[in-house]
Amino acid sequence: MAAVAGARWKRWLTLYLPLGAFVIGTLFPFYYMAVTSLRPDREMYIPWNRPNFAPFWTLHPTLEHFALLFKETLFARWLLNTLIISVLSTAIALFCGLLAAYALARLRFPLGGALGSGIFVTYLVPQTLLFIPLGEVIRSFRLSDSLWALILTYPTFLIPFCTWLLMGYFRTIPKELEECAQIDGASRVQAMVRIVFPVAMPGILSAGIFAFTHAWNEFIYALVFLSSATNKTVPVGVVSELVRGDTFFWGPLMAGALLGSVPVAFIYSFFVEQYVSAMTGAVKG
Amino acid sequence: MVSPAQSTPSAVLAKPAPARAAALGLGRFRRATPTERREWLLALILLTPALVMLSLFVAYPFVRGIWLGLLDAVVGREGNFVGLRNYVKLWNDDIFRRAAANTFIYTGFATTLKLTLGMVVALMLNNLIGFKRILRASMLLPWIVPTVLSTLAWKWMLDPTFSIVNWVLYQLGFIRLRIDWLGGPVMAMASVILVNVWRGTPFFAITLLAGLQTISPDVYEAASIDGANAWQRFWKVTWPLLMPVTTVVMLFSVIQTFADFQLVYILTGGGPANSTHLFATYAYQIGVATGKLGEGAAASLAMFPFLFLVVIFQLWYIRRGEGGKGVG
Repeated sequence: MAAVAGARWKRWLTLYLPLGAFVIGTLFPFYYMAVTSLRPDREMYIPWNRPNFAPFWTLHPTLEHFALLFKETLFARWLLNTLIISVLSTAIALFCGLLAAYALARLRFPLGGALGSGIFVTYLVPQTLLFIPLGEVIRSFRLSDSLWALILTYPTFLIPFCTWLLMGYFRTIPKELEECAQIDGASRVQAMVRIVFPVAMPGILSAGIFAFTHAWNEFIYALVFLSSATNKTVPVGVVSELVRGDTFFWGPLMAGALLGSVPVAFIYSFFVEQYVSAMTGAVKG
Repeated sequence: MVSPAQSTPSAVLAKPAPARAAALGLGRFRRATPTERREWLLALILLTPALVMLSLFVAYPFVRGIWLGLLDAVVGREGNFVGLRNYVKLWNDDIFRRAAANTFIYTGFATTLKLTLGMVVALMLNNLIGFKRILRASMLLPWIVPTVLSTLAWKWMLDPTFSIVNWVLYQLGFIRLRIDWLGGPVMAMASVILVNVWRGTPFFAITLLAGLQTISPDVYEAASIDGANAWQRFWKVTWPLLMPVTTVVMLFSVIQTFADFQLVYILTGGGPANSTHLFATYAYQIGVATGKLGEGAAASLAMFPFLFLVVIFQLWYIRRGEGGKGVG
């Protein structure tokens, strides 16, 4: 009996408590974001060492920050822009990635290995390496300050990932499946579109979810390529319109941060398994 | 496939570039069967969209960036060729040197901490019986949510006057006076690393957990029977078996952290007094905020040699792994 009780104690000490602390630490900033977004301004700016500083909740919740966000800024527009950009760039990336992955995983052709490595290398090129010359390229294509600047450049970091992930996925699909279809008279392309792609649907979904969250997350291209207030994405809009010099409008900022996080968090919550498999698949290679 | 005259690599490489391409590609094309040719054509068609996108928006900007780094271009003016003057100027720029050092400090500390913490959390999750899914799902939130938005929450939490972190530490009796989290160079750097660790640890924990789950329990049982304690089991069994996953996750994280922008841009803006710039934030300040395109392009390309080494290592490592799979 004593041994069992001891083991339980040990389990609490080495497992439940540290894990609990870690999860609280992980989630606390989001909780604080939510509380701040509901806190009236008169309660917000009380220095932390005053006795009446009650940081963890508010007794006078208000929606004034959210109202300001929608009335005085173009927040709704930014949400729509972010959604359009994320959906379209994900669609382009999935289209390109799906075809490229099939070719690289299934077809034998000269330089196939080199092209595979080339695509993998672009996967590792960070956005911050190229944003200045890419801005110039965008300008010479006359795409500056247009949503197309992002819809067309986001696939550059999404395609390599989608290709890489789907290549791994295609390799797990038995070749016999296609060969059977071809024996039954389907052409190679028909077998690919009608047989292989539907079977790869879970992989496509994983890649799509992952790509969407990445596109939603992107910041530096959006910051550099877009300038007018109506074209901004949520992260850029919130930062550029709700911070004036050294003044941070914390209420609306946190309200905007919360609303900007909810759509991805929501989609993610439905597809956790797909997301995790994409993430772990992406590093397994 | 290839005729004897062309088969040695040196014979192929000795030819001028167009001839070499012909030796590798056209020669094979001429000898290919119709079925093979059809397959090659299909591959070409399928790869075209991806290759067009990547050449237009990655390869071309890269070449253009190298060229831009050699010009004294500013916004609205093409600029003249100045050779390596931009790089020389950066080399003699104290802020740039600080930024370069910061980037290595930031990458070193943040990735080490993320690996350590992520490993501990992954091991704990692996031992957990219930709640695994829900914990894993909620744990990934910092990784999902746009970095800029969560970093804004951190900036508010670390505010010099209204910091809740200070309040908690004060209430718990850890501090008597406020900590100015973003006020001094060292503290600001530490805060930036802290937030990066907060954001990146879930990625480590979840991918390492996926790796841990592929290790058969039998291995641990065998080690236990041989008298290994928990510490030995970790270092002698788990760590070596997990090494491939750990290496790849580390390399990914090193690249991401090294090239980070958002976190520093929001949290400190490179301040106080330009003490927390990274390559990327300083390149932004020069190239976009000040409009010196040539110098800015040079500052961001300064990241290239290090990133190149990491990528080469990663390619080599993955290739090696593939070879191993074939043998095993």
